[in-house]
Amino acid sequence: MGILDRFLRTARFSGGVHPDDHKRPAADAPLRVMPPPARLYVPLVQHIGSPARAVVAVGDHVRKGQRIGEPQGAVSAAIHAPTSGRVIAIGDIVAPHPSGLPVRGITIESDGRDEWCELEACDDPFALDPAEIGRRVARAGVVGLGGAAFPSAVKLSGGLGARVELLIINASECEPFLSCDDRLMRDRAAEAVDGIAIMLHATGAREARIGIEDNKPEAIAVMRAAVAGHARIRVEVIPTRYPMGSEKHLILVLTGREVPAEGRPSDIGVVVHNVGTAVAVRNAVRFGRPLVSRLVTVNGACVREPGNVEVPIGTLAGEVLAFCGGLRVDHGGPARLLLGGPMTGMQVPTLEVPVIKGTGGILVLDAAEVGEGDGGPCIRCGDCMRACPVGLLPLEIAARVRVGEVDKAAGFGLADCIACGCCAYVCPSRIPLVQYFHHAKGELAARTRGTQRNETIRTLTRAKAERLEREERDKAEALARRAAASLAAAAAAKQSAPVTEKVAEDANEESGVCA
Amino acid sequence: MSPTRISGSISTDDGALPPLAASPHAHGGVSVAQVMLRVMLALTPATLFGFWLFGWPAINLFAVTVGACLLAERFCERLMGRRSSLGDGSALLTGWLLALSLPPWAPAWIGLLGGFIAIVVGKQVFGGLGQNLFNPAMVARVALLVSFPVAMTQWVVPQPLFSAAAPGFIDSLRITAEAPAHPDAVTSASLLGHSKTELSRGVAIPDAIASGPQALFDWAGMRTGSLGETGALLMLAGGLYLLASGIIRWHIPAAVLAGIALPALIGHAVDPARYLSATQHLLSGAALLGAFFIATDYVTSPNTPAGQLVFGFGIGFLTWIIRSWGGYPEGMAFAVLLMNALTPVIDRYCRPRILGRRRDGRALEPTPLDNTGGA
Repeated sequence: MGILDRFLRTARFSGGVHPDDHKRPAADAPLRVMPPPARLYVPLVQHIGSPARAVVAVGDHVRKGQRIGEPQGAVSAAIHAPTSGRVIAIGDIVAPHPSGLPVRGITIESDGRDEWCELEACDDPFALDPAEIGRRVARAGVVGLGGAAFPSAVKLSGGLGARVELLIINASECEPFLSCDDRLMRDRAAEAVDGIAIMLHATGAREARIGIEDNKPEAIAVMRAAVAGHARIRVEVIPTRYPMGSEKHLILVLTGREVPAEGRPSDIGVVVHNVGTAVAVRNAVRFGRPLVSRLVTVNGACVREPGNVEVPIGTLAGEVLAFCGGLRVDHGGPARLLLGGPMTGMQVPTLEVPVIKGTGGILVLDAAEVGEGDGGPCIRCGDCMRACPVGLLPLEIAARVRVGEVDKAAGFGLADCIACGCCAYVCPSRIPLVQYFHHAKGELAARTRGTQRNETIRTLTRAKAERLEREERDKAEALARRAAASLAAAAAAKQSAPVTEKVAEDANEESGVCA
Repeated sequence: MSPTRISGSISTDDGALPPLAASPHAHGGVSVAQVMLRVMLALTPATLFGFWLFGWPAINLFAVTVGACLLAERFCERLMGRRSSLGDGSALLTGWLLALSLPPWAPAWIGLLGGFIAIVVGKQVFGGLGQNLFNPAMVARVALLVSFPVAMTQWVVPQPLFSAAAPGFIDSLRITAEAPAHPDAVTSASLLGHSKTELSRGVAIPDAIASGPQALFDWAGMRTGSLGETGALLMLAGGLYLLASGIIRWHIPAAVLAGIALPALIGHAVDPARYLSATQHLLSGAALLGAFFIATDYVTSPNTPAGQLVFGFGIGFLTWIIRSWGGYPEGMAFAVLLMNALTPVIDRYCRPRILGRRRDGRALEPTPLDNTGGA
């Protein structure tokens, strides 16, 4: 990449920050595969969309890869047993969420054999119909592994309606501390490129571009070598800047096009998949292997042996940490336990939360890494505005939210906030801006729901009133008709009786329809 | 801790769960105190030069003014039951900037009163740091100038420390404590004041400067004026340091200086007898102090680049207008306050474009990729 090209790309999006990436030495440690623990806690919702429905019962024996949760609705994903064993509970498990509230899930006791169920392999995925690839990916329960966990099949098989010209593979991995995509590319480049080729075939896109930040030279080298035989797949080296991995920003940097606000990448003919998803798609299509494990970066100053681990879905965070040598208690001890990266990840209150499909990292940070410090009032320095990659005025939004003026906050573009955390990262007064925005977005959503509910109630009430009115009218009409009929019957008493009965029946039928 | 499994929660010593924090779980490490410290560092060379040039009375005045600001800040916070925020350095900086804008040998009561006005009236009544509409130091300077025009326009001729004429420390205490101004002080007019006075008597500016006292204008700063006026080039250096270290952006200073220089260039070219040159304007009064340190105050200036350009140019232009045609020789403080009042309006109309939207806030039309697949 030439200097000019690099400059142009950097200039394409304003804002963003350059946090210390803390990716090494974890990224350089060899990949480890964690054997299934004694028990696995598999939530039925690990994705965006409706929760899956359990299709096994307590006491059932399941094999690895067997479907245990059926997707429900258009946007949902299937759930599979991460190892072989016995279902010992279907009920509440601790959600991998800051609230620590229970979520419905299936608990499996491993039988230690880790036996796969029968899988439907495919020798030539490129001979398959694109729709069939979508079906196989859906059957395998593949979701976006970059963190958002959107069901991949919906994005793959034209579920978005628009024609896809360009497939972008997000391998930027801009979050500090995380290196699971980096490690995946270094160790499984050929698999990733095979997966990307399958995705190209499935989407019908003309070409694929793999965006990798320039702080991963090893991954760039092996991926370049791996795409050598593929004319339609290109590796693009992009500048390291957070949040480069944000879908809209990656598209902007790679194509120069902006995705319209409130729109989707498919509006401009682009679809974005994570590089980890490509490997999952390959496994699903070539071997029929469902998504039952994923690479997780275990990192932070408090982790004894940081690195990347392939973890069965449903393994508790504490067990993964134990696999990585446990926690260090020196230098002040753990300050924060996070799932995901430090910029957008969430703090969880306990180690007893399961790894799910979207969990890219388990971080145990010390106080210095978290950068705790005293806050103060806003001095309007505008650093948040300059850091905002979306072009918002976080200080103005926060000032409105602070005094409860959520509508005015929305007027400053709150809905366009991607919650990347750049503003709070640079704030010298350490104002928890993202928290303010989450709060206000929640408030707005609740208000919208309230309005919708009122609207529904009003519609239903009106419908009921109309129905009652109609019933009254019909009843009156029926009565009148019956009266007329009986009059007619009386008048035509000498004529045949069945005709009268027919009229009465008609009247009944009519009122019956309206009841 | 069992070797195979870690269970339980990460808890504090007393067993309570740590409070959950929202993302991000990382911080760039910049604090308000650091920002203020950088600004003070940038002011230090010009301030030390002023100390040397005007000797102990100036040092005394500086100490009194800064002390008054710190006291007033603590007093207000105690009154409101808030914890002390002296550590953020903002009150200290306000006092510093105010001291730089005062006549160097002004009596102590000027600094004391000014410090209290700056903090109490200029800042705390609005709700403290970040809430004030007007620049506190300029509020105090204008209040003092309007109330005590004589004391605020007694400009002493430079008497550098260690020179024969310079008062010793003990003498300086007498000078600082006395009111009105000490008779020993050889006062003189500053360039802006002198040319204004002479102009009103019908003397053309070049003649006025030629016939005026020697210390009117000097590139090296050996001239009458406030602490922040004389060392103009050191002030410029401090400002450039702030720019280089990213504490301030170029928009406001450049616009202020352009707002002064452009009309001055035109005026001087049209009628040199009536208008001072751009150089004299830029190196006199509070032009450089104002452009780099006063107008750039975060709290009272707009945030967006466009807003900052409008704001800065407004300050510069108003300063030139007041200097050229107004009743006061120097107009920076008035110009800053006037533009401070406009800041909310400027902020309202100058907003950045949101990604995926047009300037008017509507969503962009989708532009599908062309055959080459985009750029």
